[in-house]
Amino acid sequence: MNLNRRTILSAAAATPLLGARGARAQAANTIRIGILNDQSGLYRDLSGPGSTQAVRMAIQESGITQRGVNVEVVQADHQNRPDVGATVVRQWIDRDNVDVIVDVPTSSVALAVNTIVREKNKVFLNSGAATSDLTGAACSPNTIHWTYDTWMLARSTGGAMVRAGGQTWFFITADYAFGHALERDTAEFVRSAGGRVLGQVRTPFPGTTDFSSFLLQAQASRAQVVGLANAGGDTINSIKQAAEFGLTRGGRTKLAGLLVFITDVHSLGLQTAQGLVLTETFYWDLNDKTRAFTTRLGAMPGNIKPSMVQAGCYSAVLHYLKAVGDMGVSAAKASGLEAVNRMKAMPTDDDAFGPGSVRSDGRKLHPSYLFEVKTPAESRAPWDYYKLLGTTAATDSFRPLGEGGCTLPRS
Amino acid sequence: MAGPAAAGAFEGIDAEKEALWGFTKPQLLAFGVMLAFIVISPFYLYPVFLMKVLCFALFACAFNLLIGYVGLLSFGHAAYFGMGGYLAGHAAKVWGATPEVSILIGGFVAGLLGWAIGALAIRRQGIYFAMITLAMAQMVYFFCVQAPFTNGEDGIQAIPRGAFLGQYSLASDFTLYWMVAGIFLLGFLFIHRVIHSPFGQVMKAIRENEPRAISLGYRVDDYKLMAFVISAALSGVAGGTKAIVFGIATLTDVFWTMSGEVVLMSLVGGLGTLFGPVAGAAIIITMQNYLAEFGAWVTVIQGVIFVLCVLAFRRGVIGEIGRVLKVRL
Repeated sequence: MNLNRRTILSAAAATPLLGARGARAQAANTIRIGILNDQSGLYRDLSGPGSTQAVRMAIQESGITQRGVNVEVVQADHQNRPDVGATVVRQWIDRDNVDVIVDVPTSSVALAVNTIVREKNKVFLNSGAATSDLTGAACSPNTIHWTYDTWMLARSTGGAMVRAGGQTWFFITADYAFGHALERDTAEFVRSAGGRVLGQVRTPFPGTTDFSSFLLQAQASRAQVVGLANAGGDTINSIKQAAEFGLTRGGRTKLAGLLVFITDVHSLGLQTAQGLVLTETFYWDLNDKTRAFTTRLGAMPGNIKPSMVQAGCYSAVLHYLKAVGDMGVSAAKASGLEAVNRMKAMPTDDDAFGPGSVRSDGRKLHPSYLFEVKTPAESRAPWDYYKLLGTTAATDSFRPLGEGGCTLPRS
Repeated sequence: MAGPAAAGAFEGIDAEKEALWGFTKPQLLAFGVMLAFIVISPFYLYPVFLMKVLCFALFACAFNLLIGYVGLLSFGHAAYFGMGGYLAGHAAKVWGATPEVSILIGGFVAGLLGWAIGALAIRRQGIYFAMITLAMAQMVYFFCVQAPFTNGEDGIQAIPRGAFLGQYSLASDFTLYWMVAGIFLLGFLFIHRVIHSPFGQVMKAIRENEPRAISLGYRVDDYKLMAFVISAALSGVAGGTKAIVFGIATLTDVFWTMSGEVVLMSLVGGLGTLFGPVAGAAIIITMQNYLAEFGAWVTVIQGVIFVLCVLAFRRGVIGEIGRVLKVRL
């Protein structure tokens, strides 16, 4: 018993030391990419291991390894908890010499990582988080917000939807800061496009599972569009229950999800999600290039098609590695700020998002698309889910520079 | 709850001679080992990780004061931990207070909150007490979701570390570590002092037999409330320190799972032992840190350890070591 305990204790004591030694062995010619996302919870499907696969393809296609540069990938699960994310990122940068942090869904974690990466002068390529604060009040010269943000979603779903005929709106809003912001922004675009907001109802957050009374209020308002200013489980539940109530039956009322991903549509099924209107910046079946991109990516973990978040990870890492190839590994490693500046100076182009650019406040610019979920009859193949309702050009998709309260100098 | 069971093995040992400052000889030895570890470890292990361990160790010690020495199982300690973090973060970021003042503000507000909640909760015993503390903590959680100063889901971000006493910059992890270690040691010694004061003797009397304590003329409710407030305030100090270390204060720390985590730490380490919660916090945090790559499996592994502890090591790691060596740790 005594010996046993001693063995176990000494083994336990030695483990972290071994880890530390291994991590310190470094080559100056190595770029280390840390993929931090949700590997076990709500956002696993839309980011998770799929993001890693997309990043690996970006490394391969960048051709940088043929030029003698090593690129290593580490990944971790932040469990959607900011303190876990912050601990991992500090450790990655302080001890494991990680140069760039990629993905990071969940706004609270992304904001925490944003601060640390700036303090340590590394690079943060965010694809997964929604908050437009990353290029607004919390903007950082070391961060690029790649794929989407709440302002873009509100503008596309709110503005383009009104132009497509959805004149009157009713909001079902999760009663916390994020829900309020989403509702406020979207309502503004609805009004400025000439639509009207008939009312809104606030659902307690967190913990609302029964949306029936809120859906009945929405129905009674006779609005043409019911906007869901919520996220995650709330969105899924409200869409399911709206289908059960037959809210959208007859096609008079449309449901607009303000933060819905293709993986959510997949898990809901077309029978439930049909008619839902939503905005994304990438859809695998959008054009020949996105289809080619999806084919090259091959079978994804869990047999899914790439989400816009995963495509964003690919696009961001590809562009970063181009900048690294351009400026040299040692310069890119020495200063995250310089690497990001180089990325801002170069135009972007890839199969997933087409040509685009990175603005001085760290906002990646590309078009956004308003989609409607197909009915089961319209869908001809697995994952044939969307029909395109409208496109917003890259220049109009995102919040204009200077309106977000970012204090970085314009280049 | 488990308090009496844990203490049962030590009947008679209480009479052991105290060597120094209320410590028995084995305790003094254990304290020396802990002190040596605190001083030496930052040179070998990652300081931020160690600071996290120390914050949670203080939190678990504060929680253990209540369950281990008064026999009150609070299931809402996350409220004080989280609130301490929010207040310290707000003070440091918005009011521009120095870190030690911010942490004290966090501890003070958590103590006030503990006084308000404790005054209600101590009127009931056992499971009812636990349920009231849980319900109150959930109310605090909903307050934090809605209150403007907490920033809801995003939490308070980018809290500055500042300079200790306005003089010594804490920007380096190493300097910050010594401040955190100091706070932990002060908190630990304070708890030790409380336990060994006449006040602490009455607390233990209440744990062993409340009706008898009442019949001896003690105003039991006053003692319980005081212990509750001390425990809440120290939890707030731990939460505030964590907020300064990580630069963030978020909903995670006020959520009920955090209350569960601190129960787990105390249980794994050993309820009603001085060093148990410290060991428990170190074990759980180390697991969370080094097993993070296994994703969802961390919670499964934690669950298995919890079950193992309850089935095989009812006294916890330190409690079992104490039993084998026949000393009180």
